[in-house]
Amino acid sequence: MKLKKIIIILTLISIFVLSLGLGASAKPFRVAVIMPSSISDMAFSQSMYEALVTIQEEVGKENFEFVYSENMFVVADAAAAIRDYASEGYDLVIAHGSQYGSSLMEIAPDFPNTSFTWGTSVNTFSDKGITNIFAYEARSEEGGYVCGVLAAKLSQTGIIGVIGPIETGDAKLYVDGFKVGVLAIKPDAQVNVNWTGSFSDVALASEAAQTHINAGADVLTGTAQMVVGAIGVARQRGVLWFGTQADQTSLAPEVVVANQVYDWTVVLRPMIQLVKEGTMGGTTYALTLANGGLKIVVNQEALVGKTIQDIVEGKTNIEF
Amino acid sequence: MEAIIIGIAKSAIRLATPYLYASIGETIGQLSGVLNLGVDGVMLMGAFSAFYAVLKTGNLWLGLLVAIVVGAIFGLLIAFINVTLKAEQGISGIGVYIFGLGLSSLLFRTMVGTVQTVSGFPPLSVPWLSNIPVMGEIFFQQNILVYGAFALVPVSWFVLNKTPLGLSIRAVGQHPEAADSLGVNIVRIRYFTVILGGILSGIAGASLSIALLNVFQQNLTNGMGFIAVALVYFGAWRPKTVLIGALLFSTVNAIQIWIQVKGINVPSDFTLMLPYIVTIMVLAAMAKRRIHPPAALNKPFERGE
Repeated sequence: MKLKKIIIILTLISIFVLSLGLGASAKPFRVAVIMPSSISDMAFSQSMYEALVTIQEEVGKENFEFVYSENMFVVADAAAAIRDYASEGYDLVIAHGSQYGSSLMEIAPDFPNTSFTWGTSVNTFSDKGITNIFAYEARSEEGGYVCGVLAAKLSQTGIIGVIGPIETGDAKLYVDGFKVGVLAIKPDAQVNVNWTGSFSDVALASEAAQTHINAGADVLTGTAQMVVGAIGVARQRGVLWFGTQADQTSLAPEVVVANQVYDWTVVLRPMIQLVKEGTMGGTTYALTLANGGLKIVVNQEALVGKTIQDIVEGKTNIEF
Repeated sequence: MEAIIIGIAKSAIRLATPYLYASIGETIGQLSGVLNLGVDGVMLMGAFSAFYAVLKTGNLWLGLLVAIVVGAIFGLLIAFINVTLKAEQGISGIGVYIFGLGLSSLLFRTMVGTVQTVSGFPPLSVPWLSNIPVMGEIFFQQNILVYGAFALVPVSWFVLNKTPLGLSIRAVGQHPEAADSLGVNIVRIRYFTVILGGILSGIAGASLSIALLNVFQQNLTNGMGFIAVALVYFGAWRPKTVLIGALLFSTVNAIQIWIQVKGINVPSDFTLMLPYIVTIMVLAAMAKRRIHPPAALNKPFERGE
């Protein structure tokens, strides 16, 4: 009996030691991300997914692993997933949505060896004594301003329509920046804004596009994954579109003039570096035009096409 | 003013279209005694399958046909669960919804991958009628699936109220024992109505993905199927009042978008509540009419001893 026990204990110890040894050799950095919509939403979630793929390609699959849960718009589901990932020992858990903050605040203190990050927000909860949460935001008003300036230049009617989801976070920043950009070029322009109260109501966003065009708008923009239907309406009725969050040109190359594209690698790279060095949180990061986290992708086809078309149709007078 | 009314009315008619297909399908099913809460899941499957067929072949009619077939398969599944297996209808419907939501998302991911657009059914002007001022522009310059949705109202009314089949359907939902004793095959009628409901839900989804929005995205319907079930109750199991409910909800929605676009100074949170507030107010005002659901709704049929 005694011998059996000793053998069992010895076996267990050796398994434990072996697993430690295996773990120490080439342990990849493991990231888990929770996203509110799908990785192919042409908007917020897709931008984060693409950033993680880019980083993985840079450092190699053996050094960087990531898993994701998508369509986690409901906070309760997301909170459960965050807790699961943390218990599974991921190095960094990304809660990619401004609705997840209070869940993180609750969960993070239970897992001091896991680092958490969320956005868009500037709140790391360090005032609550929590040290393992990072925050990130997108200064989308910057690209919004650029798109607004371009939109004002291209609009003939001086009426521009904006389709927003919920008046919060990077959506609100984008819309506000866009308005300021338009008015900087055309102070008498009319910028009509509507909010759909949802990030995912494709039908309502599409109908909003129709209503904006009926109200005289000849340039539209909008944000969140719901805009895919609105872009279709813009194409069908020959109205220009400005995108944000991801490059939406492929949906309607004839009318998508420019897109503000989010590149989250700018935020993730320094964050991962800090976690590797042992700092688990407390810093806020931002995507800006200055740090390259925001890029303006211009679609020459629509931009040049529209300028030529306006001359052909006599809408533009070239005065000397 | 005229242009504003035309704009709002056209919006309302487009918004009402998927609700009409789904709600009338659900009405027929419920009249025969089967509650199906899985409408949204079937709509998603119809939307995806129609979209996929059009993306691959460019053939809109094939897309519609595929949505009909997929809707019928789901209808068959729902009928098997509820009629043959006699499952608790409220719960099984939620199961079907989640199944449809998950399967359509999975298929989209693996077979399409990223959001793309297709060219859907173009607007089709009805000769003569489309030239009538205002009315012509509102009603007769829409796409074919919009016409189909509105045509469904009188057709379903006629079938339900003026044909032996309609009588059998209502009898099965109202008093299955009596219908059974008169030789009506209850199982067959319920299979028929639920499969028909599945087909109409499939078309409802197709009306989004290949006629109105011309795009597919995961969870494209965004819960429309549940509003459609609510409209059945609003409409008191009658196609005509279902139509009124769908139009009321959609018109107020179109008006609230217009209020926001015109920059009328009302908080968007309030305008967004309007369609729901108005619908609830109308329901409350009509509560005195005391319309009871079909007596056998949600009750599997057991032949008496």
